[in-house]
Amino acid sequence: MSDTTFAPTYGPVAIPVRELLPWAIFAGLMLMLMIYFVGAEEGATSLIRGTAVHEFVHDGRHLLGFPCH
Amino acid sequence: MVGKLLLRGMLVGLVAGILAFAFARVYGEPQVDKAIAFEEQQAQAAGGAPEPEMVSRATQAGIGLATGVLVYGAALGGLFSLVFAYAYGRLGSLGPRGTSALLALLGFLAVIVVPSLKYPANPPAVGNPETITYRTELFFIMIVISIAAMVAAVGLAQRLWSKLGAWNASIAAGLAFLVVFALVKAALPDINEVPENFSATVLWQFRVASLGIQLVLWTVVGLGFGAVAERLVAVRDQRGAARRYA
Repeated sequence: MSDTTFAPTYGPVAIPVRELLPWAIFAGLMLMLMIYFVGAEEGATSLIRGTAVHEFVHDGRHLLGFPCH
Repeated sequence: MVGKLLLRGMLVGLVAGILAFAFARVYGEPQVDKAIAFEEQQAQAAGGAPEPEMVSRATQAGIGLATGVLVYGAALGGLFSLVFAYAYGRLGSLGPRGTSALLALLGFLAVIVVPSLKYPANPPAVGNPETITYRTELFFIMIVISIAAMVAAVGLAQRLWSKLGAWNASIAAGLAFLVVFALVKAALPDINEVPENFSATVLWQFRVASLGIQLVLWTVVGLGFGAVAERLVAVRDQRGAARRYA
């Protein structure tokens, strides 16, 4: 009990990996898909036919630094 | 816990996206317009018909740009919160604000600054459409290598921590990162598709604006996320401490 104090100091407690992993996989994939649609869809690869997505986010794609046509 | 952090991260990212959109409108769009004017002038000089506009310039520079930057911002904030969820409590004794700020700094360097030193952002009219696949591959390969090198450097710093002290361990890890970057920069092929006669001023200002947009995004996420995560994380730390002291 030598470490008992009235105002216990506390340090950062890490989140266990097994609690984090499902979030990292599922949310991580969704979030990267969002970036994919802004950054690369209808450029190097294409999930949707045409160039509508590309043209719509065109300026953002250039200004965010992605290669674009 | 992770879900709550994720939601906060995405909201902070959305706010960062709104500010980055304002920045992009003021500093980025004038350069895009100048580059497109050059593109059209070149096409006319070559005798080609002007490219049909599928989406008007006003839409591209307005709602289109806003959508792109906001979606990107929210996704960045979300991914950032997931990395934070792993890093918190594993980067020494840094609190939530410090962890968030440090992660944003390292992330900005690894994901944006270092890759853009090799493959910088390009305005319209710069870049051959036929090499888009090749350029996109190299761009993402560069980012993946840069992130891997940064993760390794952080691991190295932690390993050297007890031997060299925090300051010197960080310098040593930083040097190791630089060596990896120099090797990769030399090994990957260069890309230079800037047309002759393209204004050097427009190119420079476009690239500075592009870097500025990213700086706004990462700064707001790094400082903002630490602030909104602080109480949430502190409650959990206190509970952890209470369990230890019980």
